[in-house]
Amino acid sequence: MINIKNLHKSFGDLEVLKGIDLEVEQGKVIVLIGPSGSGKTTFLRCLNLLEVPTDGTIEIDQKLMEFKKTVSKRSITSFRSLTGMVFQNYNLFPHKTAVENVMEGPIIVKNIPKQKAKETAKALLTKVGLGDKVDFYPFQLSGGQQQRVGIARALAMEPKVMLFDEPTSALDPELVGDVLQVMKDLAKEERMTMVVVTHEMRFARDVADEVIFMDEGKIMERGTPEQIFTNPKEERTRRFLNMIQ
Amino acid sequence: MVRTQKSPKNGLVKMFLLSNIFSDPERMNQLVSIAQTSLYPMVEGAIKYTIPLTLITFVLGLILAVLTALARLSSIKILQIIARVYVSIIRGTPLLVQLFIIFYGLPNLGITLNPFISAIIGFSLSVGAYASEIIRAAILSIPKGQWEAGYSIGMTYTQALKRIVLPQAARVSIPPLSNTFISLLKDTSLASLILVAEMFRKAQEIAAKNYEFLLLYIEAGAIYWIMCTVLSIIQGRIEDKLNRYVAK
Ligand SMILES: Nc1ncnc2c1ncn2[C@@H]1O[C@H](COP(=O)(O)OP(=O)(O)OP(=O)(O)O)[C@@H](O)[C@H]1O
Ligand SMILES: [Mg+2]
Repeated sequence: MINIKNLHKSFGDLEVLKGIDLEVEQGKVIVLIGPSGSGKTTFLRCLNLLEVPTDGTIEIDQKLMEFKKTVSKRSITSFRSLTGMVFQNYNLFPHKTAVENVMEGPIIVKNIPKQKAKETAKALLTKVGLGDKVDFYPFQLSGGQQQRVGIARALAMEPKVMLFDEPTSALDPELVGDVLQVMKDLAKEERMTMVVVTHEMRFARDVADEVIFMDEGKIMERGTPEQIFTNPKEERTRRFLNMIQ
Repeated sequence: MVRTQKSPKNGLVKMFLLSNIFSDPERMNQLVSIAQTSLYPMVEGAIKYTIPLTLITFVLGLILAVLTALARLSSIKILQIIARVYVSIIRGTPLLVQLFIIFYGLPNLGITLNPFISAIIGFSLSVGAYASEIIRAAILSIPKGQWEAGYSIGMTYTQALKRIVLPQAARVSIPPLSNTFISLLKDTSLASLILVAEMFRKAQEIAAKNYEFLLLYIEAGAIYWIMCTVLSIIQGRIEDKLNRYVAK
């Protein structure tokens, strides 16, 4: 489903991603961990092309992007539609209700008739447990509810891959569970291919097919959750896990 | 020197005379009647010129302002420069001078415009420059995450701008833009100096005939004040409406 080769990203002189290779099969869930500044967010943003990589290739759903040459805006927009992004701080549209947030993409980008888009949006909101909150504005929702609207908004565009950047790290602890549950259902029931940056170890153990430890812009170690959490090979992985546990 | 020393006493005398106006029923009636008969031409001036001039120039100015703000924010250098120079010139010169250049100056180049058209051009350019700074600041105040959320659901720059950023920027810029609008309404009185027959020019014309300067200029001021008060009330309503999606 995803095939990344030799991905590089620099901001000016600062090289943040130093050659990343990764393959993800259809329906798999990858959890990405690593210290602050290691490039996890940058990596996800490169998959969504919110940052354009400086070198390497990304293939998603048999569509290939090469970054050696400059890429056109149009190809960025169409490639971006393969992935859905869930942001750490939700980034809901504050001037639109929950259902309007979810409808916006289908109506404006996909030209789906408003009434149909609304039905689909309501169904999606019901699926993430917010069937009774469709007409609420973001400020009337808790962080956990907002984040679930964010997930529904991304799903409404029917992406092939969902990207999550620390989706629960801005939430009060008691609100984390609902969001993780929605993500778990998405993985187990819909067999959605997902790349998740999170330090929720329980989620990783329960849901991830593979855990990847990133450090200084490189993949340091990868393996099953069991392998990484109980028996990491690299010293640095061990140190990092000790630190966060 | 001597005069200023005496002035407190002078003031008292004047106040006495003023109070005399109120105690002199005949003079009182005369003033009321002048105020009444001049009200019609002044309101006519307001309806035919002041209000249309304000509305038309505000709309044209806003369009110009949005374009200027977008030019300033664009990545195309030449657009940025044009926008900067335009804003700098308009903000750095008096509106009255701009109006004089357009109305009295351009004929030297063979471009003769009628007073109303000159006023529309002058005021639109002015509103365009001032409002562009307001709109630019409002656009910049919208978090980058809003653009990115738009992009992430597949929007283009134009779609994200129109659907996500501008509506939010509009909310932010409504209070300062309302102030621009109210200032514009008052500034249209400057158009009297390029012969537009708006309300204040009507007041000047009537006063030139009957010498009741104080009365007529106060009357003109009162009409401006009433219009501005109505605008402030409307402004409040609009702000309430736009605030509906923000935590109280
Ligand atoms: N737009 C940018 N311009 C310049 N430098 C950037 C930019 N975005 C990220 N960086 C730098 O890239 C490095 C990696 O940042 P990134 O946000 O990807 O790390 P992260 O692993 O997500 O960290 P965290 O766990 O704190 O979220 C950091 O040193 C950061 O300062
Ligand atoms: Mg991050």
